[in-house]
Amino acid sequence: MVVGITETTGSPLRVTLPIFEGPLDLLLYLIKKDEVDIYDVEIGRITGQYLSYLEAMQDLDLEIAGEFLVMASNLVYLKSRTLLPVDQQAAEENAEEDDPRWDLIRQLVEYKKFKEAAGDLEQREALQELIYRRKAAPPVALISEVPIPGSELGRVTMLDLIHAFQKVLERARQKAGFREIYEERFTVADKIEHILDVMARAERVVFSSLFQEMTSRSEIVVTFLALLELIRLKHLRVIQPDPLGEIEICSRTDHGPEINS
Amino acid sequence: MDLKSILEALLFAATKPLSVAELAGLVRKGADGADPESAPLAKITESEVEAALNVLKGEMGNRPVRLQEIAGGWQLGTAPAYARWVGGQVAVPKPPRMSQPALETLAVIAYRQPISRAEIEAVRGVAVSGVLETLVERGVVRVAGRADIPGRPLIYETTELFLEHFGLKDLRELPNAEELRRAKLPEPPDPAAAAAQPELLHEPDPVTIQD
Repeated sequence: MVVGITETTGSPLRVTLPIFEGPLDLLLYLIKKDEVDIYDVEIGRITGQYLSYLEAMQDLDLEIAGEFLVMASNLVYLKSRTLLPVDQQAAEENAEEDDPRWDLIRQLVEYKKFKEAAGDLEQREALQELIYRRKAAPPVALISEVPIPGSELGRVTMLDLIHAFQKVLERARQKAGFREIYEERFTVADKIEHILDVMARAERVVFSSLFQEMTSRSEIVVTFLALLELIRLKHLRVIQPDPLGEIEICSRTDHGPEINS
Repeated sequence: MDLKSILEALLFAATKPLSVAELAGLVRKGADGADPESAPLAKITESEVEAALNVLKGEMGNRPVRLQEIAGGWQLGTAPAYARWVGGQVAVPKPPRMSQPALETLAVIAYRQPISRAEIEAVRGVAVSGVLETLVERGVVRVAGRADIPGRPLIYETTELFLEHFGLKDLRELPNAEELRRAKLPEPPDPAAAAAQPELLHEPDPVTIQD
């Protein structure tokens, strides 16, 4: 659980600070460090320690989550109550528990149990990780490296894609009247929709045809980014049916009759 | 053909845990119309199957392939000592381990299901929406419906995959199940308000606190 934080901003300072899952985790750590029982927690002392930890986090420029601040204000409130003479303390709503620490203590005890249960799950996970059971083969569409039937060169590498993209750009450059048009603004999101639209109508689309009617460089670039995004999200697949042939794009669900059988 | 051998063959071929009921059904179905010697198997009961499974489990205890009770069923698995040879070579790779926040959130859900997000947050003291989303995505947690309280928040429960991932037979196998289930949950601040305001979109402004 203790993770080293290393300043990487050029400073030679190296600091290791435990990382906590939340304010309760931090409080448990402080209580454990003090070797006191949760039920005997001294609010004044723990509040001081808690706040100095937050200060240390601030000094290190670590972002402090809102929950830590909420707990800080709660602790300061509890501490302020303990400073007042008993007869001047504001009456708590549930008068039967006159110790205002009680809610917090109950929460800490509760959290500690689940934290231990999480530790137990972690051990079980590590053990189960070493046991291999037979698994059903994942659905064909989920396998990323399905060979395309009839072709050893079926798979397309990122380099092939970039190469094809450069050809498209080259072609666009040669077009008469091609020039930068600054007014046009294309977004990857729009182009994702456009590509999905095209793919909905045709099972397979030749890579270069995606860019056929485009004249501006930025539109081509944005379309290419949209395509990469769709491939990353596994909506689309790129294939090259013939060696040195055109790259084609097909949707994930279409994986050819040979693989389906 | 004896029952134990048939069960071993079935478990060898299976790609998922098989429950005692499923195994008994398979044995009966196979014995239907088989040789007269196997005829009694057509009337095999679940308790007989369970007894045979336990014998088989004991016999396989020192073998490299063992019988494990997992996710409500029985399945063969390689012994941990062979992981270095089997893992990543021939077997389907294991999913990545759960992060600390994921484990804590899972622990709360596992013992208190079905449970709403606000109730999980009340125990852990931190926002859990991101973690919860990841757990649902990984298939170890699913939406069980909506709670019958103001705001009708979604409630979550663990899945079979949760049991499989942690090698648990069932939820009763969780340690201290009795104690953690009975323990009183800290009350969520206000279920209705929490449900109406699903996310803390921005952090509160930094506050300087003086001791």
